[in-house]
Amino acid sequence: MLSRTADHLFWMARYIERAENTARMLDVNVSTSLLPMSRESAERGWRAMLGISELQPAYDARFDKLTPQDVIEFMVRDPDNRSSIYCCLQAARENARAVRGALTTDVWETHNDTWLQLQHHLQGELLERNPHEFFEWVKFRSHLSRGVTIGTMLKDEAFYFIRLGTFLERADNTARILDIKFHGVAESPGALPAAQAQSQSQSQGVEEEPYLDFYYWAAVLRSVSAFEIYRRVYRDVITPSRVAELLMLRGDMPRSLLASISDVCANLEQLRNDQSAETSRRAGLLRAELEYGRIDDILDTGLHAFLTSFLKRVNDLGQRISHDFLVPLMVR
Amino acid sequence: MSLSTFNEMYAADGGVRSHYREFESWLSRQSDDLMRLKRAEADLTFRRVGITFAVYGESAGTERLIPFDLIPRIIPAAEWRRLETGLRQRVTALNRFLHDIYHDGEIVRAGRIPAESVFGNAQFRPQMKGIDVADGIYAHVAGVDIVRADAGEYYVLEDNLRVPSGVSYMLEDRRMMMRLFPDLFACNRVAPVEHYPDLLLENLRSVAPVGVDDPTVVLLTPGMYNSAYFEHAFLAQQMGVELVEGQDLFVQDAGVYMRTTQGPKRVDVIYRRIDDDFLDPKVFRKDSTLGVPGLLDVYRAGRVSLANAIGTGVADDKSIYPFVPDMIEFYLGEKPLLTNVPTYRCRNRDDLEYTLQHLAQLVVKEVHNAGGYGMLIGPCATREELDDFTRRLRANPQNYIAQPTLALSTCPTYVESGVAPRHIDLRPFVLSGKEVTMVPGGLTRVALREGSLVVNSSQGGGTKDTWVLGR
Repeated sequence: MLSRTADHLFWMARYIERAENTARMLDVNVSTSLLPMSRESAERGWRAMLGISELQPAYDARFDKLTPQDVIEFMVRDPDNRSSIYCCLQAARENARAVRGALTTDVWETHNDTWLQLQHHLQGELLERNPHEFFEWVKFRSHLSRGVTIGTMLKDEAFYFIRLGTFLERADNTARILDIKFHGVAESPGALPAAQAQSQSQSQGVEEEPYLDFYYWAAVLRSVSAFEIYRRVYRDVITPSRVAELLMLRGDMPRSLLASISDVCANLEQLRNDQSAETSRRAGLLRAELEYGRIDDILDTGLHAFLTSFLKRVNDLGQRISHDFLVPLMVR
Repeated sequence: MSLSTFNEMYAADGGVRSHYREFESWLSRQSDDLMRLKRAEADLTFRRVGITFAVYGESAGTERLIPFDLIPRIIPAAEWRRLETGLRQRVTALNRFLHDIYHDGEIVRAGRIPAESVFGNAQFRPQMKGIDVADGIYAHVAGVDIVRADAGEYYVLEDNLRVPSGVSYMLEDRRMMMRLFPDLFACNRVAPVEHYPDLLLENLRSVAPVGVDDPTVVLLTPGMYNSAYFEHAFLAQQMGVELVEGQDLFVQDAGVYMRTTQGPKRVDVIYRRIDDDFLDPKVFRKDSTLGVPGLLDVYRAGRVSLANAIGTGVADDKSIYPFVPDMIEFYLGEKPLLTNVPTYRCRNRDDLEYTLQHLAQLVVKEVHNAGGYGMLIGPCATREELDDFTRRLRANPQNYIAQPTLALSTCPTYVESGVAPRHIDLRPFVLSGKEVTMVPGGLTRVALREGSLVVNSSQGGGTKDTWVLGR
């Protein structure tokens, strides 16, 4: 397959996955912000959302102050924000269009139709009237694009590059969703910021914070469609460390880091060429660490530190994949 | 403009022509509402499928639909047989002409065509002199524009031998008609066209370099912002070949390779949809980023085939056009079966004078231009436009030809106010390789504006499904 074609397929999948996860993150923030809480807490949530996507400077350049409406505007429909849902869905569609011959008609039409429908939604009032419904729509279109890929594409290189893009992006995004809570909070080893918040609120009197934490982690679970799964797996109250375990180390949890990296490995295996051995090795090593890691050990060294390092390694994998397969191979 | 026109569906006495009878009676049974719904459905489908074309001069990425009309253009079997034979003859002669002028130039030496028109032509590529291309075929794909005028006479208007486009609309229009009105195809015996991509692939494989048994064919596109990108992607997919851009290809060890995820892969046949000028920045336009540096060397060495060949533009040039009937007689010893439109070559003093005196009745075209650009339609022109062209003709007469304004035939077409006659043309696609093949019919373009004779999609033209009826 042409390197350029592989590149377009890989990024087509990454962008639609990114759009989905941005929708998931925004949805969490919208629903937690409905809880009674101080302005500072609410603002911290939105700020973390921007920080985790590395978009705070771009946002500040456009808006004077931080309001939920503006953050949503910025993250959904801003054509100058390369990470906005608008830009991601456009990029997914443009990548698909560039290689529509390598896709089944069904896959191409799904991406094209998503793009056409998005414009319709953004012209209408859906986002203002019911943001949750809009975010659900984004998720649904992403589900649809994955489903139509699996349901109609020949299992050849094109398919594996699409899947590789999906899972690499998902690994990155799930890590970011988990990390939101810790973003901008100084971390002490062995303690989850949640616990800090709780101890603070105990000393300062109980107005809002104690139950907030429960709702926050419940929202994180919901954002990755894992709330019911959590109940089924643990049959117990929601604790941050179990949430972290579920979303990081459970191989049977489809959006977890382990599941995503395992899928990265499996697809890399299908695609391997003369120069990709080192990339496979690094991906395999990362999978082994997640597969055999224990949540207590990770929490001891610090969750934020772990996630930061994880994101770096995912980024490294992305660059290596690009070097091994996607950048036009020069002959020597 | 008052020209009596030939209506494809209705005879002069108002009666329905026999080959339209079945369709007309079907149409009369359909309600306006149903047809309106079907038109909306067609638009929606084209948009969802992404059958769009980019419009130059608008911001990058602007995509438009080419309007599709629900009333087909119907050609009786016997009429098509005559056209097909004539097309075969014409394209064969044109290929012989191209081979000749890049080798011995016999037709020039025989005094049938002035040397200046051939060798002094901007479209003549000296780099092609003495090069032997596979099977002596230059124009592998020809999109010959045919119009109908007067009492139904067919004329060849243009031989498009460079990178003719539009065949994807021929195929998609048929697919759309069958989807919207399956019942129509049950009661009319319409000759199928869907096998065009198969014919094209077979044709391309047949012209691979000598010694290549299982050639790798690719389609070279300028990229997704090209106006015909949909067609490039469509044909590559239908043929199951890679759609490549210039950056995907490179030259090494006297071969052309594409960059793949598994390393370099040899390419044998390039169906290129890029103009000569952009093919190889080492030889043609230096600023071209669309081409492949070094391609021409490999091509000249016979180690890759290009379809169409480099330098075909000289044969479809408007200044050469008047000589095509001579070519047919010269190379094939046959009488031309298709008629040329009478053409005044303004480089000749007499023709120039005639043109200037009759400007208001003539169509004036620039010899190297295509796509309906740089054209004067005398009967529709304003005083200022006529004056402007008079100046241009006097300043640079060799740049123009003139032809009588043909009253192009019309076909009933859906417009704002209902159904009304609109002018149409026809572009059949002729494939030349080991043999000459074509699918019955072609692309019918329709000028949607009332009275307009310009059918080009870049100028607001639409398309119709084209039916060649079975016997």
